[in-house]
Order: sequence, then structure tokens, then C-alpha cells
Amino acid sequence: MKSLEELRKLRKDSLDQVDMRRSGKGTRIVVGMATCGISAGARPVMMALVEEVKKRTLQDVTVTQTGCIGACRLEPMFEVYRAGEEKVTYVHMDGEKAKRVVAEHIVNGKVVQEYTIGAYEK
Amino acid sequence: MELYRSHILVCGGTGCVSSDSLKIEERFIDLIEKNDLKNEAKVVKTGCFGLCEAGPIVIVYPEGAFYSQLKVEDVDTIVSEHLVKGRIVTDLLYKESIQEGEMQSINDVGFYKKQERVALRNCGVINPEVIEEYIAYDGYEALGRVLTDMTPEEVIQIVKDSGLRGRGGGGFPTGLKWDFTAKAEGDQKYVACNADEGDPGAFMDRSVLEGDPHVIIESMAIAAYAVGANKGYVYIRAEYPIAVNRLQIAIDQAKDMGLLGENIFDTDFSFDMEIRLGAGAFVCGEETALINSIEGKRGMPRPRPPFPAVKGIFNKPTLLNNVETYANVPQIILRGAEWFSSIGTEKSKGTKVFALGGKINNTGLLEIPMGTTLREAIYDVGGGIPNGKAFKAVQTGGPSGGCIPAAHIDTPIDYDNLIELGSMMGSGGMIVMDEDNCMVDIARFFLDFTVEESCGKCTPCRDGTKRMLEMLDKIAAGTGTVEDLTKLQTLAKTIKNASLCGLGQTAPNPVLSTLHYFMDEYEAHVHEKRCPAGVCKALLNYMVIDEKCKKCGICAAKCPVNCISGTKGKTVYHIDTEQCIKCNACLEACPFDAIKKG
Repeated sequence: MKSLEELRKLRKDSLDQVDMRRSGKGTRIVVGMATCGISAGARPVMMALVEEVKKRTLQDVTVTQTGCIGACRLEPMFEVYRAGEEKVTYVHMDGEKAKRVVAEHIVNGKVVQEYTIGAYEK
Repeated sequence: MELYRSHILVCGGTGCVSSDSLKIEERFIDLIEKNDLKNEAKVVKTGCFGLCEAGPIVIVYPEGAFYSQLKVEDVDTIVSEHLVKGRIVTDLLYKESIQEGEMQSINDVGFYKKQERVALRNCGVINPEVIEEYIAYDGYEALGRVLTDMTPEEVIQIVKDSGLRGRGGGGFPTGLKWDFTAKAEGDQKYVACNADEGDPGAFMDRSVLEGDPHVIIESMAIAAYAVGANKGYVYIRAEYPIAVNRLQIAIDQAKDMGLLGENIFDTDFSFDMEIRLGAGAFVCGEETALINSIEGKRGMPRPRPPFPAVKGIFNKPTLLNNVETYANVPQIILRGAEWFSSIGTEKSKGTKVFALGGKINNTGLLEIPMGTTLREAIYDVGGGIPNGKAFKAVQTGGPSGGCIPAAHIDTPIDYDNLIELGSMMGSGGMIVMDEDNCMVDIARFFLDFTVEESCGKCTPCRDGTKRMLEMLDKIAAGTGTVEDLTKLQTLAKTIKNASLCGLGQTAPNPVLSTLHYFMDEYEAHVHEKRCPAGVCKALLNYMVIDEKCKKCGICAAKCPVNCISGTKGKTVYHIDTEQCIKCNACLEACPFDAIKKG
């Protein structure tokens, strides 16, 4: 170890490994991962979310899973929870769409209306 | 870099390992592989979570689901339900983490709520065998700052200002100790870490070494820089194999990364350290005996002065601190002396780790701010006494400490308050006793320990403690006299004053404190030949209460020596006290509570 900078760089790289265990109070992205979700392709969606969040080094964003949300026909789906905001439910997701949601909704705060359950049900 | 959506933290502390957590870890790895989840879920073996009572413990992130008392079979359920389907297995969660059917964060569980983790901050959070995880949680930042940005004098000043006191026993101000060693004359100086944790029931230091070994390396390097040393020794008992192993791994990793060795952080500072194994003699926790043992001599104390700060290892100035003391230092450097001194009481700053044991619901490890009351520690964090029994006393400080009775349960815990009550902080053992404990018996237990562990060098400790034990044996056997009680007190005071080292000087404390607070129990043994708690066998008599006896004969059938007579359905049963061996079998067997002891 030659300098503090070197140590701090290593810390930054290592932080991703443990970030999940910090108590995040920020955004929660919950992916439906029951049988219906998994068979519809929830796993690649989840992995895309995890990857995108890591790539953009977003702090306080946790990607987690849940069981069947009850609208199996709309799977794969996930919900975004943020303090003080209405829950947003995205349906018929895939990896690419998930990445767009991260970019527009999570990072820029703009809900991707066309993917939401509201838009679909119209 | 690999990305995971889930981390499964399996406790790898000694407590959980002995209840099969390693098999649980193996099963997780196995099933994750089978379910093709190995790119999604990562298994991390951590140090102790502290709630050993509920072990083996597994925490699954990001949900923070706290699974307790798992069996290997339960892993199958967790993998198939939680990891594959995302359904938390509520039945296997630690029951206090569920409220109204909802899972709470671990930090809201009673056991953790009042805790403040400084020394234990990484225990149960990081994988102790991966240096990068320690670094991710600000590891080695303090060392880097100290070496590149601070003078040794500044480091010592911060430690002084923080008010940190030794966590291993006496509570000597740490900064002062560092200052003495820094100012001592000598071409070669050493730093050493006392990890010879020997109090019965204490495992604070073990948990730090098992859960966060790098903090000791970092802190010893900081201390070495401050006092002008370039070599460190960690004296640790061979009975702590997991701790020894993880510390060695950590030392090797630190060497590989250049955090130990020559010119650390490209400065003139060089530091290396090694582990010395102790064979488990209690006296080697005493600093001068420990130094003898490190030098390869027999572990016996030396007279002080000279103190180790002047003449320590190989007669060179040596800084010797305890594991938990060291574990606080990097945080003090990073967060400042003011932050640290804002926690605690006027003369005892910071937090203290306690190993809670005995008659308590949440056996385990807790770290609480100084000034927390005994009641909060025992009832709020410890979860109270099992089976609705009444609290009688708490023993702090191990064999060097004393028993504090229920009347003082609202005392805030700090160094000075405990000494005033005739006990001491010691290294942090906290043994809880309920109404079924006999205080004479407790005093005997601890004295028996010190008699065994006395090194034999000085007469007061070697012979004095033995004579005291003999008197206690007499009292417990019902042959004690009033003179024994006075002699016991005189002898105890003599041993305290005349012994060479801390072991002898504190050995009479359990006796003195119980004599002080529970004289009535001693007197009952001596005058009435009665043990009020029903523990001392020689003074027990089992009797059938005639009015309650239903003549069923169950007691007679259970009695191993056939000393209970009577006729089933016809006559009340009777115990022949001459032949009775006081095994308690009849009392436990009687369905009608018709047998009493006393």
C-alpha cells in the first residue's frame, strides 16, 4: 500500500461487494419472483436491475424480490418504492426495459409511464 | 466484478460453529449451486452476531431477514422459498423480529436496540477472511491518515482526549499508557496485544478476533507509530483456534498488501507482527506474566515497577493493551476524540462489550454505552431471567470481580460505580444469578477457579486462597463456625494487600462482595445449617408433605437408592434422610408438588 489514494480506490471498488448489507432507506425495487414471475422471465429482469444499479454506483437503492403480486398475467413485473412517493408498478418487463426504468425513473426521477400498470390497463 | 442480488451471512463465530453453522454454510453453497443461483446469491461467513442464544444464525440481505436456531434441513426451505421464490420463511425467523406478522429490521429487535457497536461494528457484517470487506468499511483509513498526516504526539493526544480506558481489567487511561511508552528510553520498543481472555464465560475478545481481525492489526500499527515501535506481538490462547486462524490469515493478507512490513503508505514507518500462543493459564492474562510467556519463560508475574512501559518484553519499553481497547482506536481516529467522549459517563467514555451468561434469556454478546444501567442490560437487552424467576445478583469482572445484588440493579455501569459496589469492570463477563443460586456456592466456584489458576509464586495467593476455599467448603458442608466468617474476611483483606499481582489482589473479591451483600445467606449456613437457595447438598433435606401426598408411589419408583417407603394407594410416602443422596429425582417426578427440600 503506497498511498491513501490507493487505499480509497480499493475501498470504492470493494464497497460494491458489501453495499447490500448497509441499511438502505432510499429506493426499493421489488421484483415479483414467484413461479409465475420466474417462468415469465423475472430472473433476467432482476439481474439486469442489479447490474444497472451497480454500474451506475447508485447509493441507497436495493433490489429485492417478493412473491406473487397477484397479477400473474402481467409478469414479469416489479414495483418501485420511494419515501413520500406513490408506489409505481411496472409490468411486462424485460432486461432492456428494466435498464430504461433505472435510467429514467431511479436516476432522473421521471416515471416511465408507458410501462406502468396504469398505461397497460387502459 | 461479479454481481449478486442476495448475500447470505452465516455466523462463523465459535458459538454458532459449535452448533453446526459450518454444515449450514456448506448446505447453502451446495443448494445454491444445484438451483443454479451461484451467480445471484453469495454466501459470506462472518463473525459473531452477538445473539448466541439464538444460534446458529443466518441473515439474508437485502431483506435483512434474521433466521435463528437453524438446522441443516432448514436450509432447503430457505433456498427454495426465500432465494428462489422470494418468500421470507417467517417460521424460521428470530421470533422477536416479527411483530404483528411483519418482519422488522434487526436493529429494532430488543436485543440490538439499546446497543451501540463500536468495537463490534464489523462483527457479523463483514467476512473476516477477506481484507477488501474490511477496507470497504473504512478499514486501514485511520492508519493511512495517521501515517501520512499526523505526528505521533498528535495521535497520543487524540487517544488521551477521547478518554478511552483499558478494556481488559483495571481501566487505566489508554492515552497515558501510550504516552509513558512513547517517552520511555530505548532503542527498541514493542507493542503487544493481550488476547489471553481467561474469565469463565467471557468471550468478547474472541469475538472481535474472529469477526474483525484486521482492526487489531490496524490499531496495533497505529499504536506502534505513536510509541515508536516496529514490532508487535499478539498473545492469544491456543484454545481459540478459529480466532488464531483468522488473525493469521489477516496478518498474511495485510503483509501481501503492504499494510504490514517496510515503508507502509510509502513512509519511513515499518511494522511487523506475530502471534504468540498461550497454553491457557489464567495468570498469563496478567501483563507481566504475559510478557514472561512471550519471552518463552514460565508464565509468572514480575513485581511492578518497573512497568512494561519502561521494561517490558525483553526488558524493552512495551505497550500492552487489550483486544477490545485496540478495537476502539481506529474509530476514534476517524470520528474524533469528541465523538468518542460524547458517549458514556463523565469518567468512563465510549462503549463496553459484555458477555452475558448465566440465568438470562439472551445469552450472548452485547455492546452498550457506558452508563447504561444493569437493569437495561439484563432486562432490555438480555431479555430478563428465564422461567419467571427472581433476579438475585449479577457477577461482573469474572473471578476478580464481585456480585452486585438486586438492590443496585439501577446503577449505571461504569468503571468507578462497579468498584464502589465492590466489583469491577474486568474484561466484561456478566453472569446473572436468580433465586436458585446460592451465594456461598458462587463464591466457592470462583475461588476454586483462582486456587487452580494461582501460579504459586507468592504465598498470600498460593496458600491464602486455598485456606479461604477450605473455609468455604466447611460452611457449605454445614460445619462452618462464626469464627470462620471473621477469619474469612481478615484473610481476604490480607491476600488483597499482600499478593504480588492482579490475580491474587482481586481473587478474594467474589467472597468479600458476597459476604457484604449476602451475609444472611452465610449466617443461615453457619447458624441454622440451612442453604436458603437449596443448592448446598450437605444442608438439604427432602421431605414429603403429608397433606399433599396422593400415595401414588411415583417418587419411590424414581428413587435410585430406594430410600422412599410407603404403600401405593394406602399410606403416605416417607423419605429416609439418612440414606437420601439428594439427587432431586423425587422432587422432579412428583406430579403433585408434594415433595419439598430445605
